[in-house]
Amino acid sequence: MSVIIVLIISSISVAGIFLLAFLWSVKSGQFEDPVSPASRILFEDHPPASSNAKPQKSNNTDL
Amino acid sequence: MVFQILNKAELCDYYSLNQNPGVSRKLTNRPDKFAYLDEEKITLQLIRYQDKNQVHLNFYLPQIHCSSCLYLLENLRKIDPGVISSTVHFIEKEAAIIFNPSQTTVRKVVETLASIGYEPYISLNDLSAKKPKKDKSLIFQLGVAGFCFGNIMLLSFPEYLGIDVKDQYLQSAFRWLSLFLSLPVVLYAALPFYRSAWSGIKHKYLNIDFPIAIAILATFIRSLYEVVYANEGGFFDSLAGIVFFMLAGRVLQETTYRRLTFNRDYKSYFPIAVTVIKDNKEFPTALPEIKPGDTILIHHDEIIPVDGILTRGSAFIDYSFVSGESLPVRKEIGELLYAGGKQSSGAIELLVIKEVSQGYLTRLWNKDKEEKEHSGSPFFVNFLARFFSVILLGIATLTAIYWYYHNPARIWPAVTAIFIIACPCALLLANSFTSGHFLRIFSQHNIYLRNASVIDSIRKTTHLVFDKTGTITDSSRFEISWHGLPLSELQKSKIASLVSQSSHPLSRAIYELHKPCSSLIPQNFTEQTGLGISGRFEQEIWNIGSLSFTEYRGSASEGTNVFIVVNGQSLGYFHFNNSYRAHILDTMAALGKKFNISLLSGDNDAEKNYLRKKLGRQTTLLFNQSPEDKLQYIESLRLQGAEVMMIGDGLNDAGALKRANTGIAICESINNFTPSSDVIMEASALSGLHRIISFAEKSRQVVLLSFGISLLYNTVGMYFAIQGILSPLIAAILMPISTISIVLITFFTSSWYGKRLR
Repeated sequence: MSVIIVLIISSISVAGIFLLAFLWSVKSGQFEDPVSPASRILFEDHPPASSNAKPQKSNNTDL
Repeated sequence: MVFQILNKAELCDYYSLNQNPGVSRKLTNRPDKFAYLDEEKITLQLIRYQDKNQVHLNFYLPQIHCSSCLYLLENLRKIDPGVISSTVHFIEKEAAIIFNPSQTTVRKVVETLASIGYEPYISLNDLSAKKPKKDKSLIFQLGVAGFCFGNIMLLSFPEYLGIDVKDQYLQSAFRWLSLFLSLPVVLYAALPFYRSAWSGIKHKYLNIDFPIAIAILATFIRSLYEVVYANEGGFFDSLAGIVFFMLAGRVLQETTYRRLTFNRDYKSYFPIAVTVIKDNKEFPTALPEIKPGDTILIHHDEIIPVDGILTRGSAFIDYSFVSGESLPVRKEIGELLYAGGKQSSGAIELLVIKEVSQGYLTRLWNKDKEEKEHSGSPFFVNFLARFFSVILLGIATLTAIYWYYHNPARIWPAVTAIFIIACPCALLLANSFTSGHFLRIFSQHNIYLRNASVIDSIRKTTHLVFDKTGTITDSSRFEISWHGLPLSELQKSKIASLVSQSSHPLSRAIYELHKPCSSLIPQNFTEQTGLGISGRFEQEIWNIGSLSFTEYRGSASEGTNVFIVVNGQSLGYFHFNNSYRAHILDTMAALGKKFNISLLSGDNDAEKNYLRKKLGRQTTLLFNQSPEDKLQYIESLRLQGAEVMMIGDGLNDAGALKRANTGIAICESINNFTPSSDVIMEASALSGLHRIISFAEKSRQVVLLSFGISLLYNTVGMYFAIQGILSPLIAAILMPISTISIVLITFFTSSWYGKRLR
């Protein structure tokens, strides 16, 4: 039955990874603006610079 | 013009992205409007980050409204090559712009934005304080609690379903795992409850979070004891569940209204900088640095930021914002101009006599800034909670005494079980879900409340105070009546063609009334701003305007009149009545049966008799009220013990709105700027005020109902707890049932009451 221990530990670690992913996504502001990224993807020539700007922006909001 | 800019930058996709992009652009700005942005002192406060190669700054662009805006703004670098990138935050209506300081400047970027129709909104607020950081910790705590709750539930199955004797070691392994998983819940996720309970104790009263904090700690300590010493399961699943559900309720309550700004102060209204004239040169200067003795230049359509004496130019000031007077007034050189008025005929110069923060209006605004924070009694749930805590402690003591004499070994399990089962989480949930749902229903009707405790202060209202101009009247509309000789069609056309030449609001209103069928062109047209206009049609000389301007002879009713004199012969006059909002007077009369009502007006008492007849004897009508008078009136009502609800609009009511128990700011559109208040209401919702108040009253009933039901669950749980035989199974069944049923009940009852709002 000790396989259950292994399974439980692995399942909790997987869940833990998802928890971390959730915390990270909240922290980096992904839930803040559901509108602009959705329409941004539809524009023909996406400004290349703004993809670089994104991480900078999120860093700054945490200041 | 916008098209030309876009075409040059090959951004014409803008027009194909959306059926109806863009808003019609307002008048062109004067070229030096943003000159103050060349001042380093001012721009430094706007910039978030800068180095040699890039400058980061955020602008608030209230015009953002569709995906085309997004496209255009994110392609800003094509219009201004100095811009490195621009990222739009649609919900906040903000653009984060990064530009290269060697290629462009803040001023140029702002001018580019303004030229394509997105003029940034820059206010003094940006200068003095940075925006408070958004608090995400509640979301983190919710995430952690949810994670632990789910896993502990899974690990608790053997506790309830039983397990083979030879697998006993698994059970104890699961218990230890649950113990470790509950640590983040107790030590991190439950922090808001401890904090709130502790601050309650410091202020010497037991708030709703006190019994919750006790329950969390009691549950944890007992479970810890059971796992470590007694080889039993503990209540970790209930513990994590309670914390998770209650955090969910809190998040729901807090997220509803983050977007609207309720705490505006005078700084949001005033320009960020004005032009100071020194030795015949113009210097843009940040507003806080203006000193008495400076001469400042106010342009057309700008708000006067400081009290000052008019030294040059013709002042025609629109004080509708300050005094509620709906018509602009004329001021002569040497007269004192108060801050808050809007100049509406060309540029003027002012000699500053007071600092910005010492002006009449700003002082009024700053008065008792702190007071509101703890005005009003605590939310009635806190009263229930105190009552609840006292009873709970009583039962626990009695149980302990009983078992002390009968079976001392049972004191510990019985007392801890009481604290575990009697957690008032159902009450708190009922409260936060009801408030959250009520706030949502209100917002569906274009009424936006600052927070949940406002529902309670609306409910307690005993005295309603209305502002007249702009609140119960619609400032943009007049009811016009003609008094005098009957007018022929030709005369009407002549009047219309004359007034069409003037931009005065009264002229506009007359023009709307008599649109000419054939357009005649008057000769020798002259206008004396604020006084009247004159012109000639062949042999007839027409004068239209004030009594003194036209030299009208004859009697006239009181109030706002526009007189018409032709060739020295008095023809008659137009009488202007404020036009009341639809059904508002009926609503007020209906409310008068239940509440005390007062009507305050900055205007003259021309309509006193009409209002008296409509609203009945019991209504207090006060005219010629200054902003200070309004504030004093509210103050005196509150001293008499009344719970006052003030309903007002512009800046002139700001002091009164703040002083009242509930301040409701009326605006034509939610995106307009409103004074600081508890409630922002769209004007169209005002006529349903009586339904709104009675709906708020229902919130108490809903919470009481859920409280009764949660008491029922508590009694059942108590039955087991007092005997000291509460098993984790009973706790784990009672907890979700009570939670879910409470949430459903509050949801359906408040929706049902909400239907009556329509």
